[in-house]
Amino acid sequence: MAEVKLLGKWPCPYVLRARVALQLKKVEYEYLEEELGGKSELLLKSNPVHKKIPVLIHRGRPLCESLIIVQYIDEAWLAAPSLLPASAHDRAFHRFWAAYFDDKLSPLLTRLRNGERGRANEEAAEGVKLLEEAFVRLSEGKGFFGGDEIGYLDITIGCHLGWIRVTERLMGFKLIEEAKVPGLAGWAERFCAHEAVQGIMPETEKLMEIFQLAQIHMKRSKR
Amino acid sequence: MAEEEGEKEVTLLGTWSSPFVLRVKWALRIKGVEYTYVEEDLRNKSPQLLQYNPVHKKVPVLVHRGRAIAESSVILHYIDEAWPHHPLLPHHPYEKAMARFWCKFEDDKLSPPLWRVLTTQAEEQREAHASAIESLGLLENELEGKKFFGGQTIGLVDVWFGALAYIIPIYEEITGLKLVEQRKLPRLCRWMEEFLSSPAVEGTLPPKDMLLPRYAAMREAFLAKAKRPEQQ
Repeated sequence: MAEVKLLGKWPCPYVLRARVALQLKKVEYEYLEEELGGKSELLLKSNPVHKKIPVLIHRGRPLCESLIIVQYIDEAWLAAPSLLPASAHDRAFHRFWAAYFDDKLSPLLTRLRNGERGRANEEAAEGVKLLEEAFVRLSEGKGFFGGDEIGYLDITIGCHLGWIRVTERLMGFKLIEEAKVPGLAGWAERFCAHEAVQGIMPETEKLMEIFQLAQIHMKRSKR
Repeated sequence: MAEEEGEKEVTLLGTWSSPFVLRVKWALRIKGVEYTYVEEDLRNKSPQLLQYNPVHKKVPVLVHRGRAIAESSVILHYIDEAWPHHPLLPHHPYEKAMARFWCKFEDDKLSPPLWRVLTTQAEEQREAHASAIESLGLLENELEGKKFFGGQTIGLVDVWFGALAYIIPIYEEITGLKLVEQRKLPRLCRWMEEFLSSPAVEGTLPPKDMLLPRYAAMREAFLAKAKRPEQQ
C-alpha cells in the first residue's frame, strides 16, 4: 500500500498544485483518478466535509484544500527545494498573493469563461498587472516567484495556466501578453516547461473540450 | 534611538468593530508584542492605509519595521513566525495542516451561513440556520477532550473563531434564532466562555451596546434591499 496517495481529477488545477509540489519534492505517490462527475467511496470517506478533490492521504491520514496540502508537503518533506521562502516577511508576501489569486482573480476568470465581459475584462487586466509587479518584486531578476526554483506562489498561479489559456481563447483576448506583462509571459513559459510540471499539466485543447462539454451539459439540464 | 523615543516598531491599522482586526490584536497579546494602534475611518481612508494596503485598501494591516502585511490569515501566520514563542500553530505538520483546515472551514462553511442568518428571512434564513447549525456541530465534535481548539492553550484556530464567541449571541438576540444552545452544543458553549474570559481577550471586545445596533442596522438594510430588486 502506497504511503502517499493523491485523489484527483486531471482537469482540476487545484489537484495539479498538489501534484507539482509532490513532484518537486520527489515524493513517490499513488495517483488515483476520480471519475469525472462522480465521487468514489474513498473520496467521500476521506473528505466527508467538502467531498472535493484534491485529497492527499499520507500514512492513512487525509488532508484536503490544495494550498493546505502544498504547505503540508513543504513541511512534511524537508528536502530541497523549500516551497516557501525562509524569512517570515517573504512568506507573508507569497501567502498574500496566493490569497489574492484564489479570492479575487480565479473567480473573475471563472466569470469571464462563463461569458461576462465589460468591467470584468478591465478587472482581469488590472489583476494581471498587479501580478506582474509582484513577480518583478519577488523574483528579483530570477526565473520564478520563488527565485531560482518553483515555489508556493508559482504553484498557486502556475497550475491555473491551462485554464487561463482556455479563458483567453473564449475571450479572444490575451491576458498574459508579452508586450504588456513581459515578466509573467516569460515566467509562464518557464513554469510549463519545468520538469515537475511538464507531462502532468493538461493540454489546453483537452481543457477546452471538457469546458465545452460541461457547458452543453449545463444547458441541457436547465431545460 | 527610535525605541528610546517611545516609537514602537509594530503598528496595527484597524477599526473598532472589525472581528478581523481583533484576531490580530489577540495574536499580538498572546505573543506579548507591544504595538501602536491606529483607528481608521473606512469612509475616509488615510493616506497611510492606502499606501500600506493599495491592493485591498482594507484593515487589518500590520506594519513591522516599516513593511506592511495585509489579510488577517497572512498576518496571523506572520506573527507566529516572526515571534516564535507561545506558538499559535502546532509543531507537527499534520496538526498544523488540520488547524489551517479549520480556519478555511470557518471561511467557507460557517461565516457565510451565519451572515445569511443575519441578513435574510423566511426560507432563505431557515436554510442558512440549518447549514450554520450543521457546521457548528462539527466544531462541537472537534472540541472533544479539549479546553480550546489549540488544546490546553489558545491557538490559531481559537483566535480565528474567536469573534464568533461574542458575535453569535448578538445574532441570536437580533434574529430570535438560537445558534449555540447549551444542551445541544455544550462544549462550544463552554469554549465561548473560556475564550472570552481568557487574559488575551479580556477587555478587547467592542462594546455590545455599540455592536448590537450596528448589526441590527445591517439586517434592516439587507432586508430592505431584498424587497426592492428593481433598484439593484
